[in-house]
Amino acid sequence: MIKNFLMNLLLSFLWVALTGSLSYTGFAFGFILGFFVLWIMNRNEQERRYFFRLPKVFSFAFYFLYQMLKANVQVAYDVITPKYFFRPGVVRYPLSAQSDFEINVLSTLISLTPGTLILDVSEDKKALFIHAMYLKTPEAFIHQLKEGMERRLLEILR
Amino acid sequence: MIDIILAILSTLGALSILFASIGILRMPDFYLRLSVTVKASSLGVGLLLICAAIMFPDDASVTTKAIAIVFFLILTAPIAAHMIGRAAYFIGTPLWKGTVVDELDGMYNKETHELQSDPDKAIDKSTSTFNDQIADNDKETR
Repeated sequence: MIKNFLMNLLLSFLWVALTGSLSYTGFAFGFILGFFVLWIMNRNEQERRYFFRLPKVFSFAFYFLYQMLKANVQVAYDVITPKYFFRPGVVRYPLSAQSDFEINVLSTLISLTPGTLILDVSEDKKALFIHAMYLKTPEAFIHQLKEGMERRLLEILR
Repeated sequence: MIDIILAILSTLGALSILFASIGILRMPDFYLRLSVTVKASSLGVGLLLICAAIMFPDDASVTTKAIAIVFFLILTAPIAAHMIGRAAYFIGTPLWKGTVVDELDGMYNKETHELQSDPDKAIDKSTSTFNDQIADNDKETR
């Protein structure tokens, strides 16, 4: 996994050095080229996870960006119109993520989405307490977060 | 072409910061204010910095700085929001009257400030006693 990533970085640096232009677009192009070269050359069955994980990371980034923009538009609409449409509440969210790192990334991403705010993590790391702005029922909110954000994130991290 | 992209992105960023500041004025309670402000402003600053990075494509130092600022903004802003929100809940800042559900109520251990995860073990179903306890502590220290 990490070996493949380092090889990929090395290949993209080689590309930059050989083309002779130090720019971000050149680096990104070299990275993509190196990714495909490594994929074609790969013969080890166990190392194949890297090639499925990297596209998943990018698709998750776009998914998150889309969610963030959507929620931002919703909140902005609520701010500028006179009537309040929100139903706020504090929800207990049972965690599937276990290690400190997973909880940290998950709570950072939840906090960055407008309308949801992490208030605290319980002492035994089994539950998050989230202040949500748009709450139909707590069960629906938890289900939505679990199926959308947490499942995709754990697919990448594990 | 690049001018149009820059105009759209910077307008969106400025609007998002504007809505965040209107949100501070209009939201009914502290948690909603926090919720609206932190995210919208970090999105706005992020969009403006991306504009700066697109504006100077040949200057690698500008792009690097913009990426670094966005990275640290994303890293630190949620932590600040979390700590402010937690402190506000701890000293008993009231929730808005339209709040649907509060599952954090009574989950804190008042002696040790530890947080339970099991709702069945909730200690006390009112935040007012917690404020009373703070008042008592103040009297003792005086």
